[in-house]
Amino acid sequence: MNIPSPKLAVRCRSLTKDFGSAETQVRVLHGLDIDIPLGGITMLAGQSGCGKTTLLSIIAGLLNATSGDLSVLGNSLTALSKKEAVLFRRRNLGFIFQQYNLLPTLTAAENAAVPLLGDGVPLDEAVGRASTLLERLGLGARLHSRPAQLSGGQQQRVAIARAIIHSPRLILCDEPTAALDGKTGHDVMQLLAEAAVEPDRAVVVVTHDHRIFDFATQVAHMEDGRIKSIETKNQT
Amino acid sequence: MNYIALKMLVDDRAKYLGLIFSIAFAAFLISHQCSIFAGLMSRTTSQIKDVTDASVWVMDASVQYVDEVKALPETELYRVRAVSGVEWAVRLFKGLPTAKAADGRFRTAILMGLDDASLAGAPRNMLVGSIDSLREPDAVVIDLAGYRYFYPDGPLELGRELELNDRRARIVGICNASAPFQTFPVMFSRYSVAMNYVGPQRNMMSFILAEPKPGVPARELAARIGAETGLKALTGPAFGWATIMYYIRNTGIPVNFGITVIVALIVGTVVSGQTFYIFAIENMKHFGALKAIGVTDARLTGMILLQAALVGFIGYALGICMTTVFFLATKDIIHLRGFIVYGEIAAGTFFIILFIIAIASLLSIRRVRNLEPAAVFRG
Repeated sequence: MNIPSPKLAVRCRSLTKDFGSAETQVRVLHGLDIDIPLGGITMLAGQSGCGKTTLLSIIAGLLNATSGDLSVLGNSLTALSKKEAVLFRRRNLGFIFQQYNLLPTLTAAENAAVPLLGDGVPLDEAVGRASTLLERLGLGARLHSRPAQLSGGQQQRVAIARAIIHSPRLILCDEPTAALDGKTGHDVMQLLAEAAVEPDRAVVVVTHDHRIFDFATQVAHMEDGRIKSIETKNQT
Repeated sequence: MNYIALKMLVDDRAKYLGLIFSIAFAAFLISHQCSIFAGLMSRTTSQIKDVTDASVWVMDASVQYVDEVKALPETELYRVRAVSGVEWAVRLFKGLPTAKAADGRFRTAILMGLDDASLAGAPRNMLVGSIDSLREPDAVVIDLAGYRYFYPDGPLELGRELELNDRRARIVGICNASAPFQTFPVMFSRYSVAMNYVGPQRNMMSFILAEPKPGVPARELAARIGAETGLKALTGPAFGWATIMYYIRNTGIPVNFGITVIVALIVGTVVSGQTFYIFAIENMKHFGALKAIGVTDARLTGMILLQAALVGFIGYALGICMTTVFFLATKDIIHLRGFIVYGEIAAGTFFIILFIIAIASLLSIRRVRNLEPAAVFRG
């Protein structure tokens, strides 16, 4: 089912999410409403356990909402079959994880090429495109290094490359600076803002790190499974 | 994605080698033990296999296998010859005299007494000498393994003398005979000479060898002989199988080897399954990331199967090679000669290894398919 909302990457209405059942049931999201526009970085901030990661997982289609409406890039994820949802993720979403989740046995270029390989692009072509992108991101000298040979900041740059190499329209980041020191985290966000933000693309960042709020176009503060406030920052 | 699967596997050296070793170990044990079992069973039929010039073996109706002989009266030979379809039928003696060399070495030997006129049942692979020399007085032909027991060193020489039950026997030929089950020396003499070695008894004829006339199938002739004489008549292969089945039913050999094979199967499955499962568990966060990125369960299943197939194939090949090398290295050791890896055993081992890796990968596949990709956000 397509929901026409061309300028919004994500539109949530009355979104709820329960875990467990019967007496052990816990409601993590309480009728949450949020619009995430294209062309900028939206940060979901709040204390641990407030539902940020759950919301991110639902937007990614990795979890199903218990009730409410969710539109991602104009698609209602609940209307997609499991196979269609996987394909949707592969084509339209990019991911950056807190612990980078790079494959330790692959080189930087091969790690960045993973989404292309998953989409059936031949190995040489995929690694070639990944190498070009990593050079753009300042890792030209480390193309053949494995994750263990890279610093945390370099690994996160490889993760950024992996998240954008297939030109997704929505990039979801889970605490991308949590494992980095302040300066490296700032540099990584700078790079993310430069490389990932485009008019037709949205970046959603779950974070505790208030030092990176300056990179956001809007910051949604969450508390107890609800949006407490939305702060609009510098528009791009 | 196949490339990623292979790199994930190969670059984790310890587990990769552990998996290959466990599968190679299982393949080696299974193929080695099965080959020795098959070889031993084949050895029980060695005297039957070495008779290539007669198609039908005739014996007392109560005989169950080649090593348990109830001698027939001479009159049975003429009754067999009278059966329609018999081209020729001759006597065969099989006995176990004691052979002693001049230096005092002695062994129980298998003595085959061949029909004096035709020498039917004689060995076909002579290494030294001629089978026709059996027509000389006190002449025997001995197999190479037996000769080397009595004369371990030096060249193969004819004319040496042994005592068979204290009677002189002169070696006039040395042949290659199939290794017997008991590892006894195998000797051949004329029927009448063999009678001298074992002493007179009321009935001496162990078997009758018969050959059908052209156009008469051996099985049909065996059935006719059985029906008309009341004796047991079997083709060579059927007698061989009857002998093998006797040993399988009446000895602990198959149980012993069977237990080893089952242990190999269990150890191979458990060790490789556990190692493969741990490998999958340790990579779970990467599988989770791949799932989140949009790699399908089917693709991840394919990756795991590819990894399992690779270690399975390499492990199998190594295991079969180890077995082959073992048999090549021991082929000149007298009591280990003649063991080979049968094609059927190699194929059977392949399917067992296939089963092992299927079980090993099944646990990992189940775990990966049940993996909740959202877990990747929980670190």
